Amino acid sequence: MLKRLGVAAAGAAALCLCGAAAAQGKMVNGAGASFPFPIYSKWAHKYNGLTGVKVNYQSIGSGGGINAIKNKTVDFAGSDAPLTKDELDKAGLVQFPMVIGGVTLVVNVPGVQPGEMKLTPSLLADIFLGKITKWNDVNLAAANPGLKLPDLGISVVHRSDGSGTTWLFTNYLDRVSVEWHTKVGCEKSVKWPAGIGAKGNEGVAANVKTIRGAIGYVEYAYALENKMCYTQMRNRNGNFVQPTIEAFIAAAANADWKSAPGFYMVLTDQPGAQSWPITGASFILMQKERAAKDLETVQSALKFFDWCFAHGADMAKELHYVPMPENVVEIVKAYWANELTVGGAKVTP
Amino acid sequence: MTRSLRGRTGGAQRADALFRALAAGCAVLILAVMAAFFVRLVLSAELSIRHFGWKFFATTNWDPNALEFGALSSIYGTLASTVIAMAIATPLSLAIALFLTEMAHPAVAKVAGNAIELLAAIPSIIFGMWGLFVFAPFMAAHVEPVLAKTWNAVPLLNLIPLFRGTPRGIDLLTSGVILALMVLPFISSVMRDVFLMVPAVVKESAYGMGATTWEVTRRVTVRYGVYGLVGACFLGLGRAIGETMAVTFVIGNSHRISASLLDPATSIASTLANEFAEASDPLYLSSLVQLGLVLFLIAFALQVVAHLWLKRVAKSMGTL
Repeated sequence: MLKRLGVAAAGAAALCLCGAAAAQGKMVNGAGASFPFPIYSKWAHKYNGLTGVKVNYQSIGSGGGINAIKNKTVDFAGSDAPLTKDELDKAGLVQFPMVIGGVTLVVNVPGVQPGEMKLTPSLLADIFLGKITKWNDVNLAAANPGLKLPDLGISVVHRSDGSGTTWLFTNYLDRVSVEWHTKVGCEKSVKWPAGIGAKGNEGVAANVKTIRGAIGYVEYAYALENKMCYTQMRNRNGNFVQPTIEAFIAAAANADWKSAPGFYMVLTDQPGAQSWPITGASFILMQKERAAKDLETVQSALKFFDWCFAHGADMAKELHYVPMPENVVEIVKAYWANELTVGGAKVTP
Repeated sequence: MTRSLRGRTGGAQRADALFRALAAGCAVLILAVMAAFFVRLVLSAELSIRHFGWKFFATTNWDPNALEFGALSSIYGTLASTVIAMAIATPLSLAIALFLTEMAHPAVAKVAGNAIELLAAIPSIIFGMWGLFVFAPFMAAHVEPVLAKTWNAVPLLNLIPLFRGTPRGIDLLTSGVILALMVLPFISSVMRDVFLMVPAVVKESAYGMGATTWEVTRRVTVRYGVYGLVGACFLGLGRAIGETMAVTFVIGNSHRISASLLDPATSIASTLANEFAEASDPLYLSSLVQLGLVLFLIAFALQVVAHLWLKRVAKSMGTL
């Protein structure tokens, strides 16, 4: 009897070991940007329910993700700022866009309703440079005929932590303002000429909501979910546009992904009548070459991404992200087939 | 009988020696960890120390894009917010502790004392969020405009630009007040314990000589417990100087030095909390580590100063 129990226990233990080994093979680890975290975790949750494959994404920031993939401690990394082709080649990485989002300006000006205020690129740059300090400034009034702007000081609110959102926002200002380019530049955290710093999108949103006369930039989802007073922006074509999913799609559709090596593509200040000017893609980074033993992991990761492209669009829109356009997905798949190798052989999902 | 006793003594001696070694080992471990901490910080900060030299402590320029880093604004914000906090918390704590030990009804003292200790158990993130959502708007709407108006109406005082600019609630003043609230329970509960340790006989004899409550407090209680009182303040100071989350939420995180308490500032701890995650350039990372080293050294220097000062106080008071 005892003997039989022992055998059964050993069998159970062996089964457990097998199970653990199998589960390990179906585990994909990722880390990086916090901006796409909500949609990546939603996709991962749904995908786990359907296939049993566990995709674990930790939102530790783009910089941390890039370091992790360079040190080979994760299977993929998320980054809001794309790496250049040179950087990719140097680190032996591949990069492709996964999802698109937009940065929205939000204000707290008494009497101004969401979507009412119109901002031009130069007005925006001057406000964040600290050159326009009152809401009833003549230039602001000239851009907003019919809007009653109060005699109230402008309080600029920016991110205090390094972030992909700041990178995108400063990238836009860098492109549209020569003064911004020479004085501040584009980075994940910069030397802000004016204003107060708040931690995270939620910090900026909270500060803008509580400080009268504040203006800040947050990701689109935060502006919507917090019911904040967003503004219109004048785009490259000279049209004033509202921040909407359609306006982000318009900006992405006009981009020429095919001739961007390593998908180095920043979607700020894109042409197009409907394009929202502060749009950006969030990227996935993977190692270009993996050892043969990692074949299953790499395939699991690619299968997951493939599934996200094919079935994740509605979930993305629900969370106010823009799914990648189909033509771009085709280019990404061709890129996988050409660039990724496992144990020296090409790999497909 | 004698043999067994001797045997037991030998065993007890061995146990004693073992315990002594264990205790000494624990004490040495603390020192070793501190030393290792220091060495590691210096090693990681080496790049920045070599690159910037003394300029690191003399400039306010903090520009991750140009890779130029100066710690002055962070050091200033750390010290200024701590000074504000201590200026508010010390007299308040003293008053609270005296009230609890000398004046309040024992039942009231017990309830109030427990409530204060409960305040010490609130995590700092809660203070930060409360500061951001509730306290900062309150400061901006009700406290700061009044302060600014009063201050700037007084001749001569208004020449010092301590309360200039738009009151936004997200500034050095608010962070100092929040810090004061956070360290208040620590200081006041230690002070209360110090006062409770004053022997009743000593106080009673002073009362017996016809001294008033105030006289007993000033001449006997405070004098008797001065060592502990200063110790309580330094405990609070140590906590205030390294506080991170609560400060990050309300200080405004701006690398500038302004004379006005109504302007945003930054502290060493909040700079680290904000910028560490995305600092990818080695020089940037190294500069942040050097900031950490500076905080380490400030805290260390404070301890040394506290001990030296306590020695002097003890000498002049003639208690030790």
